[in-house]
Amino acid sequence: MATMDATAETAPPPAKPYLFHRHALAVRVTHWVNALAIFLLIMTGLNIFNAHPMLYWGEYGANPDVARQWLQIGADTNAAGQDFGFLRIGSLTVETTGVLGLSTGSNGAPSYIGYPSWATFPSYRDLATARTFHFFFAWVLIINGWLYLAFSLASGHLKKDLLPKLKELSIGNIVHDIVQHARLKFPKGEEAKRYHILQKLAYGGVVLVLIPGVILTGLTMSPGTNAAWPWLVELFGGRPSARSLHFVFANLIILFIIVHLLMVVLAGPINEIRSMITGKFRVDPETAA
Amino acid sequence: MSALLKPLSRRGLIGFGATAGAGLLLSGCDGLASNDKLSKIVKSGEAATQRWQRLIGRDGLAKEFDVSQLSPDFKVNGTHEPVEAEYQAHKAENFANWKLAITGLVNNPMTLSLDQIRRMPARTQITRHDCVEGWSAIGQWTGPQLGLLLKAANMKTNARYVVFKCADNYGGEASKGGAQSTSLYYESIDLVDAFHPQTILAHSMNGGPLSVGHGAPVRLRVERQLGYKQAKYVMGLDVVSSLDGYGSGKGGYWEDRGYEWYAGI
Repeated sequence: MATMDATAETAPPPAKPYLFHRHALAVRVTHWVNALAIFLLIMTGLNIFNAHPMLYWGEYGANPDVARQWLQIGADTNAAGQDFGFLRIGSLTVETTGVLGLSTGSNGAPSYIGYPSWATFPSYRDLATARTFHFFFAWVLIINGWLYLAFSLASGHLKKDLLPKLKELSIGNIVHDIVQHARLKFPKGEEAKRYHILQKLAYGGVVLVLIPGVILTGLTMSPGTNAAWPWLVELFGGRPSARSLHFVFANLIILFIIVHLLMVVLAGPINEIRSMITGKFRVDPETAA
Repeated sequence: MSALLKPLSRRGLIGFGATAGAGLLLSGCDGLASNDKLSKIVKSGEAATQRWQRLIGRDGLAKEFDVSQLSPDFKVNGTHEPVEAEYQAHKAENFANWKLAITGLVNNPMTLSLDQIRRMPARTQITRHDCVEGWSAIGQWTGPQLGLLLKAANMKTNARYVVFKCADNYGGEASKGGAQSTSLYYESIDLVDAFHPQTILAHSMNGGPLSVGHGAPVRLRVERQLGYKQAKYVMGLDVVSSLDGYGSGKGGYWEDRGYEWYAGI
């Protein structure tokens, strides 16, 4: 590998496609552990949410506190006597029959439940099992996250690959990258070997903001943690607020995963997925555009 | 959408399909939830959580609030009123002949009337009740510290847990899912929590006597754990060295139905 890197630096880019060592072993291992943990955390989290599909702001929040409730998933009956599912955010209500509030259960029967069975683990209402899995994978997420962070700081991965440089943050550069993405034009040749600004913002944002955010807000739903570290829950404005923020962070992570998977598919899934398994990324020589 | 899909290669579609398929496969894999080996592994998280929370805050106090922060309407949850004849008889007499029994590994077993409990030195605390389902309510609780009662009963050296025996036959709740059935509610805590200064047997709530909905005549408040640990309708305390003698041996009504015994999370 070292010789290839040295060649790449001194000689002009080779004209033939070649394999470039893109991801360190530590990054690859922590990526997949993280992927598994987050996948299960989301599905168990949605099951847990279904036990009380309402969110509040403030120090307290329960069914009678409608003024503090800002989100609700539920089911109701319309004037024609038909049941429907809905999502309410503030004063906005959207009918969501089939997905949220009222959907088809894993047994094929109509199910009056927040998130549908295909989105939750277990697929049926089971708060106890969902919690046990959720907290186990929360430990996995936290330990894996510390290992990743330690490696990324020690190796310079964080600074070198993820943190945007000041000039990259110019409006012009960001707009340029958005346009390139919108036109599905992905970097080719030597340019494909580094992250561009949208990637840096997305990956850096997940690693440094969303995952720490979802962990800290998760911790402050725990009465034991709140007694030990009262300052943390104060930071979020109380347990109901922390629960709301936990939901927001989790949804932003879901949004990231959808875009991330879409980009992997659009940019060449074999090459992208291989690079995250074996570390090797194929660099194609740039062709005239 | 079709314009967006056009540049997709066949390989791209296979990759996308594989990812989506994995998702569906997992949600179809409810067998994972009942796999004994896996269950043992994921349950190790509970012990880790307990050890971690004891490490960072064994003596930590739950936040206490101001009267102005009380929930205007504190939701009644779980049993709303025990239907059992024994409880109904006590209720009819306004608990005049009700007695709390302290039994088990104590040198000085005793029974205390509600009046005696009310006359004991009491602690008043305004705390947040955090339900396992996700809702929270703030209430004011008054009652003697549990440690005071345990000291009076003079525990034996092999005592490890306090079991709270309740009056209600509880039938479960749809939102909590899982296997539920009717049996007498009970709960248990270890001695670290039993002697915590905020662990009280509350006889009053928000300045008045505890209502039937909230657990009259007395209920447990163990402020660093979730709502299902806050046993209502407490009839007796049993000091034990093992939880094997109650229910399925997991230490509580909900614990026997899959919930964590250590409910600090």
